Amino acid sequence: MAGNPLLEVRNLRVEFPTRRGILTAVDDISLHIDPGEVLGVVGESGAGKSMTGAAIIGLLEPPGRIADGEILLEGRRIDNLPYEQMRRIRGREIGAIFQDPLTSLNPLYSVGEQLVETIQTHTDMSHSQALARAIELLAEVGIPAPERRVEHYPHQFSGGMRQRVVIALALCVNPKLIIADEPTTALDVSIQAQIIALLKRLCREHGTAVMLVTHDMGVIAETADRVAVMYAGRIAEIGPVRQVIQNPKHPYTVGLMGSIPSIDQGDGRLTQIEGAMPRLTAIPQGCAFNPRCTLTMDRCFRERPDLVQVEETRVSCWHHDKELAHA
Amino acid sequence: MLAFIIRRMIQSVVVMFFVALLAFAMFRFVGDPVHQMVGIETSLEEREELRVKLGLRDPIIVQFGRFVGNAATLDFGISYQHQRPVSEMIKERMPATLELSLISALFSLLVGVPMGVYTGLHRQGVLSKVFMTASLIGISLPTFLIGILLIYVFAVILGWLPSFGRGVVVDLGGWRTGLLTTEGLKALIMPAITLGLFQLTLIMRLVRAEMLEVLRTDYIKFARARGLTNRAVNFGHALKNTLVPVITITGLQLGSIIAFAIITETVFQWPGMGLMFLQAIQNVDIPIMAAYLIMIAFFFVAINLVVDMLYYVVDPRLRVDASKAHGHG
Ligand SMILES: Nc1ncnc2c1ncn2[C@@H]1O[C@H](COP(=O)(O)OP(=O)(O)O)[C@@H](O)[C@H]1O
Ligand SMILES: [Mg+2]
Repeated sequence: MAGNPLLEVRNLRVEFPTRRGILTAVDDISLHIDPGEVLGVVGESGAGKSMTGAAIIGLLEPPGRIADGEILLEGRRIDNLPYEQMRRIRGREIGAIFQDPLTSLNPLYSVGEQLVETIQTHTDMSHSQALARAIELLAEVGIPAPERRVEHYPHQFSGGMRQRVVIALALCVNPKLIIADEPTTALDVSIQAQIIALLKRLCREHGTAVMLVTHDMGVIAETADRVAVMYAGRIAEIGPVRQVIQNPKHPYTVGLMGSIPSIDQGDGRLTQIEGAMPRLTAIPQGCAFNPRCTLTMDRCFRERPDLVQVEETRVSCWHHDKELAHA
Repeated sequence: MLAFIIRRMIQSVVVMFFVALLAFAMFRFVGDPVHQMVGIETSLEEREELRVKLGLRDPIIVQFGRFVGNAATLDFGISYQHQRPVSEMIKERMPATLELSLISALFSLLVGVPMGVYTGLHRQGVLSKVFMTASLIGISLPTFLIGILLIYVFAVILGWLPSFGRGVVVDLGGWRTGLLTTEGLKALIMPAITLGLFQLTLIMRLVRAEMLEVLRTDYIKFARARGLTNRAVNFGHALKNTLVPVITITGLQLGSIIAFAIITETVFQWPGMGLMFLQAIQNVDIPIMAAYLIMIAFFFVAINLVVDMLYYVVDPRLRVDASKAHGHG
């Protein structure tokens, strides 16, 4: 950890009280993001990626709640702020981009109205200043004829163009961190790369850090500085992207990487590892990955592994703990 | 926009045409108008003469054409029972019904929408539960019972409000309004509440259900993620998206309020069209029944037209012409 991190998540636990007991969707996660850094987050569907993002931006939907842990933005705790204070942070300090651009925009307002409203919520700009800024932003995200398009309604834009508008909205008051939750999953394959490239370029230009949640290891390899691999609400492995891809340490990551051929060949999606991730109601004792792991030892069924540092990577696997002990 | 309105207008005319056909059929096939108009001592020749004079011996098409032509100029013939032009009688009665209907519609909207928003936003709140339970009662009690209960409490026991009639009315160029005098307004309170209570509960439940639906959408989540204030999210973004169904239902309900005013008018002896219609049925006074049918159909059609135009104002996705002009991309 060099310098002061922008965001720090310490031992975060997110729970859903249900009739059949408490479900732990995010279980003791710790991570940090440095200013301007892109942290990729990968993992199968249901691994807890979206819940982690929602907890950070303070938008967990009840009955979901942060049961334990701390979230710090520039050293200041934000997980326990009153609603109104957290609201001022959303959009202003931490922005978000969601999966489906077709449903992220309010159909009844023009994109200009939505941009102006967001800008004016967080700044003292007059309406005409905010409108000028809105047009600038639309140009910046690559929408042709922005002076004209600013008056158009979401249904008048294609999916890719709408996601550009969403990016403009998320970046419109220059937040320090963007949580992009599968920003291209709902898009046509042919425009996914464009959108990722745009997001990457804008965040670099503005110095915005990104937590990029995706299924696409190819995108991670190209875009992220570091990557966190999540499994059943826990972090399996987190480290510099090159190291995790070229020299994965957790058996789950090894399985994932076996599935990406090379970046320019195919879409690099996570393919099958034998078996399925356990349901939240049936997470096994010990290491959550043990039913699917080919390298299990007794200990893997008894005790849950902690994250241990191996080179620049932190990994939660007893095999590496053992290595450490031997060293 | 213009093409859209013209298209809807044509549809409205078609609907009105069929309603007119129905009303006309009523004339032809229910009872014998001549029989209704004359006494027992009238001779057969005199009856035949009257038939010719009334045009009842003309071909049906001609008769129907005349009926439509007359109805279009608001001439619905002479009431059998009262021997007065029906249009005159309607002109006297209509203000009472329209004022009652509009006020009760306003009442149900102005109270129902805020209650719906409140119960949608505070689902677990005590007040929400009170509203929801009360609305169940409102839905299940028959209108006349509510009316009678109100009369019993506020007119009989407390003596605060009159139990029947319109109070004091003021003539405004032929439109006799009860909205300008205290007595008139006091007389309006109970009938308006009775008539509007059902719609109020309906609108409240509709707004609540729509709010719950809209609050789950991605664009609301994204609006929150952009740090918009609660007020902007709940009212600017969520409530506005519930408007289309609310407008639809309100429009339909306004039509049925006017139609169902019959019961309320009976309970409160409100001198409106509904009361007149009921008496007409008892006396098989076909001209009044036909006129009433056509007037009600006209209100339904007109309200529908307004509703369609409101959609157009509220929802940009319906402004097809505009999006075509600018293209996609
Ligand atoms: N409202 C809820 N009640 C109970 N469990 C939930 C709820 N929402 C999500 N979960 C569970 O939380 C877990 C993590 O979900 P999520 O963070 O959305 O996964 P993903 O990694 O695919 O984004 C999933 O197993 C999901 O079933
Ligand atoms: Mg997700």
